[in-house]
Amino acid sequence: MNAAVFFQQLINGMSLGSLYALLAIGYTMVYGILRFINFAHSDIFMVGAYSAFFFIVIFRVPWPLAAAFAVCLTALVGVTIDRVAYRPVRDAPRISALITAVGVSSFIENLGLVTVGARPKAFESPQFMSRVFHIGPVTITGVAIWVPIMTFVLLAVMMYVVYRTKIGMAMRSVSTDIEATRLMGVDVDKVISYTFALGSALAAAGGILWACKYPKISPLMGVYPGWKAFTAAVVGGIGSIPGAMIGGFIIGLIEVMTVAISPGLSGYRDGVIFLVLVVFLLVRPTGILGETLKEKV
Amino acid sequence: MRRSIASFAMLVVLLSFMLFGATTYSAEPIKIGFNLEMTGPVAGYGQMGWEGAQLIKELVPMEVLGRPVQFVLVDNKSDRVESSNATSRLIEKEKVVAIIGPMISGSMLAAGDICEKKQVPVLGPASTSPLTTQGKKYVFRACYTDSFQAEIAAKYAYEDLRARKAAVLFDISNDYCVALGRYFKDAFEGLGGKIVAYTPCNAGDQDFSAQLTAIKTANPDVIYLPNYYEEVSLILRQAKDLGLTQPMLSADGVDVPEIFQIAGPAIEGLMHTAHWHEKAGMTDIGKTYIAAYKAKHGGEVNSFGALTADCVLMVLDAIKRAGSADPKKIRDALEATENLEVVTGYLSIEKGDAVKAAVIREAKGGKWEFKSVANP
Repeated sequence: MNAAVFFQQLINGMSLGSLYALLAIGYTMVYGILRFINFAHSDIFMVGAYSAFFFIVIFRVPWPLAAAFAVCLTALVGVTIDRVAYRPVRDAPRISALITAVGVSSFIENLGLVTVGARPKAFESPQFMSRVFHIGPVTITGVAIWVPIMTFVLLAVMMYVVYRTKIGMAMRSVSTDIEATRLMGVDVDKVISYTFALGSALAAAGGILWACKYPKISPLMGVYPGWKAFTAAVVGGIGSIPGAMIGGFIIGLIEVMTVAISPGLSGYRDGVIFLVLVVFLLVRPTGILGETLKEKV
Repeated sequence: MRRSIASFAMLVVLLSFMLFGATTYSAEPIKIGFNLEMTGPVAGYGQMGWEGAQLIKELVPMEVLGRPVQFVLVDNKSDRVESSNATSRLIEKEKVVAIIGPMISGSMLAAGDICEKKQVPVLGPASTSPLTTQGKKYVFRACYTDSFQAEIAAKYAYEDLRARKAAVLFDISNDYCVALGRYFKDAFEGLGGKIVAYTPCNAGDQDFSAQLTAIKTANPDVIYLPNYYEEVSLILRQAKDLGLTQPMLSADGVDVPEIFQIAGPAIEGLMHTAHWHEKAGMTDIGKTYIAAYKAKHGGEVNSFGALTADCVLMVLDAIKRAGSADPKKIRDALEATENLEVVTGYLSIEKGDAVKAAVIREAKGGKWEFKSVANP
């Protein structure tokens, strides 16, 4: 592998990793506050991509507006899911919430299959996303530049919301002690709704960017990215927002570099990722940045 | 409330018995089962197949031996295990005389084992794997085999495209893709060419940049992509983004209209081995089918629908010649099929396999253009 190829693979890995990072932040946020893995997150990601698709293709809304509408609509879907499926089991044992999440995930996937159909749809990405830049022998697509930028911006926004705003303070408070927060007069359900809205908006942003990079959307498109982003969240330290970011990049790079180092092993790329998950769960279940349990958000 | 719904349902059931009971009594229908991919990763194939079956139903009389013909559809969710379940259900519960589908080879292999045991003929419209019919008495197909189409592709790459170095990027999770990749490799090397990259990927993968970068480094003259359309469309786009300009060759799996939208301009120049083309010698029923398809659905016809229609014609012809709706007799008649006129051409059956020509097509201006035809 010469320098140019290595650099190209590095870019391939970073651009894939930043998408995982975006998705992983959503997993980690909900976990940080509710101590619960929202398995439907990957399907909300799909809903985000489809909403944008319908706004663009059916209603012919200009691209940035369509993306904004889709993000809002998906946030609403996230809040609705919480209201309908998760709130009733809030005080039940954690395993009930987990099983509910799996059920919701399966429900959304199958609803997608019957309503929009299983055949994949072609997503129209805007011009600036599909432009290709050449730097010597290395090529970079617009998406590969925009996605990491968007990821960093959204990460900064999330950090700001969680650490610098009042609702963020309430979120952190809920994460530390839900009962005590309630006693302080905070409307816990509202705080949780906000969390779901934020998490789902992130999933939608991830879904739209994913569709720009891989313009083939189908109701099951979220399944694999979801598992990998979940792995990224665990590797980075579930509950830690910067950790999810780091985890995402690590997973993206491992995936691409497995193939780059030995193309013959391409078939094992998913296997390698899940091996990393198992190793982390055995050796360091708190992940890279998940040490301080009290500060988890 | 619940009581009134129950009694209403009872009434509906009774009425329907009175209505349909009378007609079925006089001539019991002959049931043909369809075990198709209506959902799941390759739902496109199954849905197009069902379209073709519905269309042929309107074009030829659906009556044989004085009995009406009835289609029974079961979705196999593009899954091997579900395909086995669907096959068993069609045989045990629906009592069909023959089954058409699944579309893809992996599922067809699973379904074939069951049909072999139950002695009910099964026809794969587009199952091209040589293993599908190997050593089986009750398994048939309406298409050529993978060893044939990969050889045609290798020959085309070596002789017509003058390629000496080839790369293969294939999906290791599907029997179809693995087999094609291997046959192509053997045939291309047999002709004197060299395989410079032989790289696997997985069904459902969305990112191929790493494999394509490796292929780019190997600098082949041609790239063979024997995969299903969902993967091929993304591979084409990413290859274009990475600046790969080599000619790309694929197989019959890419014959799906969506590939033009998903791959966008990146599909231009993609060549593939296909089952038919309007310009490659057309039968009468083929012409009627194309006209009816365009009138009903608009757009270009596809192979999966046409091949499923072929299977229907093969079964009807076999029942007629057998003079019986007994699955065993239908099986014997199917094996004796000789020069039957079907939608995609003329076919004869030899040890379960269809003996027929392959066509090479190229994507140009948003549709498939005819390149050449290769006879067996």
